[in-house]
Amino acid sequence: MASSKEDPVNELIRKVLDLVQKFGEIEIENVELSAEEFRLTFQPVVQNVVRRAEAALKAEEKPPELIKATFTPYLEKFPGQIVEVQIGATKSEGGTRGKVVKIGGERTMPFYSFEAANPNKPAFAMDVFDMPIPLAKPVKQMVEDVMHDPAEWAKKCVNKYGAQIVSLNLVSTDPLLEDRPVQQAMRSVENVLQAVDVPLIIGGSGNPQKDPFVLSKAAEVAHGEKVVLNSVSANMDYKTVVKAAKEHGHTVVAFTPMDMNNQKRLNRLLLDEGLPKNQIVQDPTTAALGYGLEYAFSLEERIKLAGLLGDEDLQMPIMAAASNAWGAREAWMKVEEWGPREIRGPLWETVTCVALMMAGADLFMISHPATVRVARKLADSLFGEGTCEQKIENWITSLK
Amino acid sequence: MAKLSLLDVYKYLPQTNCGECGEVTCMSFASKVLERKYKPTDCPPLVKDEKYRDKLQALSKLVAPPVKAVVIGKGNVAVTVGGKEVMYRHELTWHNPTALAVDVSDLDPPEKIEEKCKKIEAFRVIRIGQELSLDLVAVRAASGDPNRFEKAVEVVRKSCTYPMILCSLDPTVLAAVLRKPEVADSKPLLYAATKENWREMVVLAKKYQCPLVAFEPTSLADLKSLVLTIRNAGVEDIVLDPGTYTEGPGLKETLNKFVMIRRAAIKAEEEGLGYPILGVPAVTWLDGGEDPVKSYEETYLAAVMMARSADILILHTLQPYALLALTTLRQNLYTDPRKPVAVDPGLRTFGQPDENSPVLLTTNFALTYYTVANDIEAQGNTCYLLVANTGGLAVECSVAGGQLNASVVKSLIDESKIETKVKHRKLIIPQLAARLKGDIEDATQWEVIVGPRDSSEIKEFLKKVWPPEKN
Repeated sequence: MASSKEDPVNELIRKVLDLVQKFGEIEIENVELSAEEFRLTFQPVVQNVVRRAEAALKAEEKPPELIKATFTPYLEKFPGQIVEVQIGATKSEGGTRGKVVKIGGERTMPFYSFEAANPNKPAFAMDVFDMPIPLAKPVKQMVEDVMHDPAEWAKKCVNKYGAQIVSLNLVSTDPLLEDRPVQQAMRSVENVLQAVDVPLIIGGSGNPQKDPFVLSKAAEVAHGEKVVLNSVSANMDYKTVVKAAKEHGHTVVAFTPMDMNNQKRLNRLLLDEGLPKNQIVQDPTTAALGYGLEYAFSLEERIKLAGLLGDEDLQMPIMAAASNAWGAREAWMKVEEWGPREIRGPLWETVTCVALMMAGADLFMISHPATVRVARKLADSLFGEGTCEQKIENWITSLK
Repeated sequence: MAKLSLLDVYKYLPQTNCGECGEVTCMSFASKVLERKYKPTDCPPLVKDEKYRDKLQALSKLVAPPVKAVVIGKGNVAVTVGGKEVMYRHELTWHNPTALAVDVSDLDPPEKIEEKCKKIEAFRVIRIGQELSLDLVAVRAASGDPNRFEKAVEVVRKSCTYPMILCSLDPTVLAAVLRKPEVADSKPLLYAATKENWREMVVLAKKYQCPLVAFEPTSLADLKSLVLTIRNAGVEDIVLDPGTYTEGPGLKETLNKFVMIRRAAIKAEEEGLGYPILGVPAVTWLDGGEDPVKSYEETYLAAVMMARSADILILHTLQPYALLALTTLRQNLYTDPRKPVAVDPGLRTFGQPDENSPVLLTTNFALTYYTVANDIEAQGNTCYLLVANTGGLAVECSVAGGQLNASVVKSLIDESKIETKVKHRKLIIPQLAARLKGDIEDATQWEVIVGPRDSSEIKEFLKKVWPPEKN
């Protein structure tokens, strides 16, 4: 465009000449006229030309329209599928549970619903211990009144906090704690089975010598209930536990410390013992936010992808103990500049949980009710449930 | 970049082994280009010498990531976003950590804007030797009034050094502030071009050489159409906002779009979508609501978007718990997965320990080791620290998995010759390894003291148990 300092008349003439030449309206090539002469002599013609020129200018200045485009998402076709595992059994299935939970069954990466519909949402279990143990303050505040009684504790988790599964940890059997005899520890299993009608995960104390006895006895006590026995590892007598799981119809957690090849190997060992694939859940170790979460995140993504790509030994659903987040000092320590730990603690667990949900974990162990609440809501949303009334087009001006 | 070989890169280099880049040979420079440690422009002759111009251009094109890297701001506070090359971080690494912006509104009084800006810049946390902080300020023209916006931007510029995202869908409002050379020179990100205002926004982005957001929440076809249009009109630095919804089916749609955009760029190399993605978790606050509920919600939604490779997030919350969680997650996800997870096992000393100093045990998982070492140092403890080789696993995992066991501790004691350095035979182990106490005592004949659960408590713990004669 001409600069605004240019004489308006000259500008007009220049434009007219340009346009006239372009459109071949009149021949004024080689015509040399001063502005004044031009105006005086050719007034009527010019007026006419100017009108046309203005119209043409408008047309030219009108910028191009939006370029049309189409979009087709790039879809992957995965040859493999994650197996579906049912936790809990109803009366007609040989158990006594009022509700059962199904996990796994994915055909694509978690929540890629543009690609394929994964059949099950992740499920959320809450931790219950069979004796009062030291807990981070924000967690303790939630369960203090029921810590003396695992059955009451379980009830509170289910009825008040929305747990879909109770994860009962028989820590009292630990030789370093109460060293409670196996038979005695089974009372809690019976009581919790009585107290709630959701499925159970039954955990040992983590003692590799004693856990096989604890878990195989629990399998017997919970016969037909399709509980999840948590867990076996390569350095313990897993065969005893697998045998009991097969006999009484339960699922076994295969735990390995942060290594995909070891996980694959252990899964294979369990399969070789004749444990059906849909009675295995894998736990490749959960590291908390700030404490190696990235390893768990990538490991879960890799395992899930490997399973979808057809690796038979890695097609089991994945379990993640998001409650490990409570080991992080950011979750429990009183530090004023980080904000109140009553919020910070559960948020630490929640962020650990939702990040791993995105990576591919199917079954979560949770300590704080806030995490259960928001993670379930998130899973519902990502399955397209609920409503969305948000008008975001003007968020810049309408944000409060 | 596609899968490249060393020679693919080498053939575009001067091959003179001049050493100006700091490497001994062009071949080693090439290998670092493949590792993304160098850019083609890090080769001085390639840049300086006219005769290499074509090579530089070709090499730059060859190694350009499928998601364009876009720079916001100028100088040492400039932020690069995008530049992603893979869908999953384990495939290579995620480059250019998600830039975190917090919004300020021009409807707020200047004192409040100033206060918020200062808080934004003051947020800093040191974790594992890295300083975590926020990156950007998103200034919203909520008033729609150019004068008011101009004043707000002025306050922001005076109270904070971070680059800005200038938010208004009204081009005249943005034009009003960009007119000031000091604003335009700071290279703010302009938010945003839409299918209504793109003509004017393109003029602004080109005139002032600022990156521009394309905001089109209707569909990805429409977003792509908008991007192709503004790119065709000459804007190169583009950021995509496919619209952020934070609830129900809207949220599902949003995250699906993030993945589809990234897939389109990386797998299909689709024209028009190979740009950084911007998410606005701040819309969580659209219907009002209060802390801590809204901050909590906004934080986990931002976390989910970050895990789905968002390159820029505009937040509303300034709660320290929210920012701590998000900056930590970002640090985790953007750690180079190729980086070793373990430190060398063996003996470390803190202060000037003598034959009566305490001996502590930890594992060689890098995060565990650095946390413990930083705490010991910060608390001013004088001690020995035995670092056990657990193959890079943390205490709890390695106890459960058997990598930390009595015989590992026994050989660590032998190999470190700690018995020649201290008179006592007392080993303080982490509480999470308490179950190994008996085994370690049997194997080493040392007395094992079960230490604190967390290394932040070491000083207090030592006060109680050390020197042992006190008890």
